[in-house]
Amino acid sequence: MLMTVIPIAYALVSLAFLLSFWRLIIGPDAPDRILALDTLYVNTLALLVLLGIHLGNAIYFEAALLIAMMGFVGTIALCKYLLRGDIIE
Amino acid sequence: MRRFLPHPLLTLTLIILWLLLVNQLSAGHLVLGALLGWLIPFATSGFWPEAIRIRHPLTLLHYLVIFLYDIVRGSFHVAYLILLGPARLRPAFVQVPVALKTELAISLLANTISLTPGTVSVLLSEDKRTLIVHTLDTDDAEAVVADIKQRYEAPLKKIFEEGVE
Amino acid sequence: MIDILLSFLILTGAIFTFIGSLGLARLRDFYSRLHGPTKATTLGVGCLLIASAVYFSVRDEGISLHEVLVTLFLFITAPVSAHLLGKAALHLKVKSLAATPEQENDTPPSPGQVFRPTVHD
Repeated sequence: MLMTVIPIAYALVSLAFLLSFWRLIIGPDAPDRILALDTLYVNTLALLVLLGIHLGNAIYFEAALLIAMMGFVGTIALCKYLLRGDIIE
Repeated sequence: MRRFLPHPLLTLTLIILWLLLVNQLSAGHLVLGALLGWLIPFATSGFWPEAIRIRHPLTLLHYLVIFLYDIVRGSFHVAYLILLGPARLRPAFVQVPVALKTELAISLLANTISLTPGTVSVLLSEDKRTLIVHTLDTDDAEAVVADIKQRYEAPLKKIFEEGVE
Repeated sequence: MIDILLSFLILTGAIFTFIGSLGLARLRDFYSRLHGPTKATTLGVGCLLIASAVYFSVRDEGISLHEVLVTLFLFITAPVSAHLLGKAALHLKVKSLAATPEQENDTPPSPGQVFRPTVHD
């Protein structure tokens, strides 16, 4: 049962990727694009976790942890840039 | 006591985080975690002018249960609204007056609002008295404000600020 | 039994992740789009991570809880990013379907609804 559900989940998450990517391309404003990037990294996280369950390998988790942290810092830095025109003061 | 262990709650959280990170429970990691949990609060003491004090642990527990329930409820609500389509939505900005005074309580309130049904907090006014909240679908702004104040703000005030002036 | 629970968690997680992105693509103004990724996607990935924790706990016959760490991290960071994005959007005066606080401020504020439009920090 698990092995029939995982491909469906792959498909759904991939569709989520495409939708976020579409928003990243059409914008129209900078915050929209940042939000799309933010969603993309969370989707990547989902895909990595799925891959980890599918292949039965716990090592993908470490990558997911790093992506979660780096993605958050990236989003915050970009927002700061929009707010102040500067990241490090 | 306070000189040697300035932030007991932070220390405990750090120990638990360390054990989760290494993903195993052994005496060695417990000691290492305790050491880190003891030293890091000293290194970061500039960020924590005052130790966090929880006045009503039971209320906190109750609040957490409500919070978890509302996360699930909020996600279903948003999923339903998204599937319903954009034409049916009535988005609005609502101003919520904030009675909380400590920064921790205000940020917890803002985070709670963002994760619970239909609302995302977008701006805190400069005097920290008003929170601007975006609601996805409402036509009764006052009900939203009343719900936030009664459901989330009142317990937070009780947990973190009772007896504080 | 565990199989059914895992399948359920994975399917729910994937569906919520998808709906979050659907909201991002489908809704009409930035502030509405903010809702989908903050709530639906976060819960979706949370479900997937919990499924992963259950899967590895059962398979390796030892409790695997470090997925909880990422779940916790996501649930703490998602509202923070949303708040900052909303703040940046208000600062840049991004188009909105609802009357933004700045526009409301042109009319005399009703009692108890004083709003100071300056975006600080």
